[in-house]
Amino acid sequence: MVLELQKPRPIWQIMFSTHHTDVGLLYLITSLAFLFMGGALALAIRAELFLPGAQIITDAMTFNRIFTVHGTTLIFLFIIPFASAVGNYYVPIMVRYKDMAYPKLNAIAFWMIPPAGALIWLGFADFTWYATPPYSIISAPGPAADMWIFGLKILGISSVLGAINFVVTILKCKHPDMSIGQVPLLAWSFLSSSLIILVAIPTFAAALLMLLTDRLGVSGFFNPAMGGDPIAYAHLFWFTFHPEVYVLVIPAIGMMYEIIPRFSRKPIYSYNSGVFAFVLLSIVGFSSWAHHMYATGMSFTEKTVFMVGTLAAVPASAMHVFNFVATMWNGRIKFATPMMWAVGGIALFFSAGAGGVANAAMPLDFTTHDTYWVVGHFHLFVMGTIAFGSIGFVYYMFPYVTGRMYNETMGKVHFVMSFIGTVLVFFTQHVLGLYGMPRRIFDYPPIPEWIVMNQIVTVGAMIIGVSMAIFLANMIYSSGKGKLANPEDPFGVGGKYYYPFEAKNPSH
Amino acid sequence: MGGHSNWPEWIYVGVVIALMVWVGAEAWEAERLVEHVPADAEIIKVTGQQWLWTFEHEDGTKERGELHVEVGKAYKFEIESIDVNHSFNIHDYVVLMDAIPGRVNTVWFAPTEVGQHDIQCREYCGLIHYNMRGTLYVEEPSS
Repeated sequence: MVLELQKPRPIWQIMFSTHHTDVGLLYLITSLAFLFMGGALALAIRAELFLPGAQIITDAMTFNRIFTVHGTTLIFLFIIPFASAVGNYYVPIMVRYKDMAYPKLNAIAFWMIPPAGALIWLGFADFTWYATPPYSIISAPGPAADMWIFGLKILGISSVLGAINFVVTILKCKHPDMSIGQVPLLAWSFLSSSLIILVAIPTFAAALLMLLTDRLGVSGFFNPAMGGDPIAYAHLFWFTFHPEVYVLVIPAIGMMYEIIPRFSRKPIYSYNSGVFAFVLLSIVGFSSWAHHMYATGMSFTEKTVFMVGTLAAVPASAMHVFNFVATMWNGRIKFATPMMWAVGGIALFFSAGAGGVANAAMPLDFTTHDTYWVVGHFHLFVMGTIAFGSIGFVYYMFPYVTGRMYNETMGKVHFVMSFIGTVLVFFTQHVLGLYGMPRRIFDYPPIPEWIVMNQIVTVGAMIIGVSMAIFLANMIYSSGKGKLANPEDPFGVGGKYYYPFEAKNPSH
Repeated sequence: MGGHSNWPEWIYVGVVIALMVWVGAEAWEAERLVEHVPADAEIIKVTGQQWLWTFEHEDGTKERGELHVEVGKAYKFEIESIDVNHSFNIHDYVVLMDAIPGRVNTVWFAPTEVGQHDIQCREYCGLIHYNMRGTLYVEEPSS
């Protein structure tokens, strides 16, 4: 692994570099910056909802803008660029190639993210990350809405470029001695998620253009006043964004496949079932999009088809969980910080999946749809699974990237606080949803159960907030002043790396 | 990759698939029953608009923000919207259906007890979405 910050370099040298670890570092820092920015917005939302009535945020429009930018930021500017960071560092090394297949394209894909982030943050749109028409066409204030549309457009192009690069790097640039069946599971996760991106994203790209021309008044695709149909947008949106859920979660699972065997000091239980489950997930991920739309007036048959499609994804996810548990079974486990995050992430992945089964079952969905249950459900994925896997991987990469060790105690405190906070926030939100509280509301009536549960959620969110401050302090302090890491075995787990081809990258 | 046998994983996957089949079958059966609208259901037209619900009964009576129904009768809501998407929701009776401009969606319910319940909008519809609320009054039959 390349020791990134060992010798100080001027920042412009990293910024204008096309080398995969430099671009990876840019992705890493940018995505973590957006994690803290998006997280700060979440704390603002939670502070406001601590009590009914307007306290911290005094008008509904500001609140609506905040939750819109919170969601957009964390999905598109944290999770996706973070996966690209890990992919940039690891994929070329794992397939034993000198760089990504197209280094300049790689740098271009990264440099699309800052302007897109600027458009989204300077605009601060209010129409939710789903940009529902006809609200987004006839009612959402511009130019914020238009800036959001352009921002997402740029991010979509960036994702597609990144995906092409990963697919070509893995399939065409892997070492000739290496068969596809020997590519490590982390690289497999990037292959699967990149293929999903290539199939899914163009649909939303088209929908965004249609939304834009609808807003300009020159077309009426989704505007009922001009003969259009908002449900068409819902289909186009979810055809992209249900598979996109797998784009987000598959690399995080790949990261766990890297961490769990290492700290269990055992090879992965079944490489083949890991690959099989990735491929299966990326196919069945396309059969479930309209489970987001049961309440739009779909027929019984349509609902049944999409319920079956949704439930079909469960065995593949369950195979990953089995693989992790079987790998840890009888292992000499070392609970260093990355391992704690990975194991916590698996536990929360299981809980999130169990809640998802309830959502998919048609009659239950009418209780949970668009309530805080759904907020709790998908946050258990994006926070509990994806962010946990990703943060675990930040700790895991840290000695390789900086050449220094992070502070282990602070890392463990960060994990324990975040885990408690996550359980408090998102499990409670499930229950709050069952009590009927709708999502995306600025204020709520003083129903005693709602008040108590909102307060528990806010306290949990503040615990996560404090833990993230500890994380930030640890990263900043340790990257300059931390103990020097042993590059051969920074975590002291001994043994060798468990990807099949551990030979040195020929170009370094 | 190793030479060990994989039978525990196959058993586990089999159990998960069986569970999913069971959940799917139960849901299918329940939804089929829930969607069967009684023939004598009275029709109430529900209109969503930013940020208010209005109701029109079969006899032509109109109500704004409040809905009065009688216990023991079945009602079928015909839901539409005149501006943006909304979602008509009486959480206590698991009544939920989107109000979408250009479409009429239906859902039915039969109140079983006298009482008051909240009506709310569950789909984001803009500035006052949080307060697009109403009250359902379930009353004794008048005659």
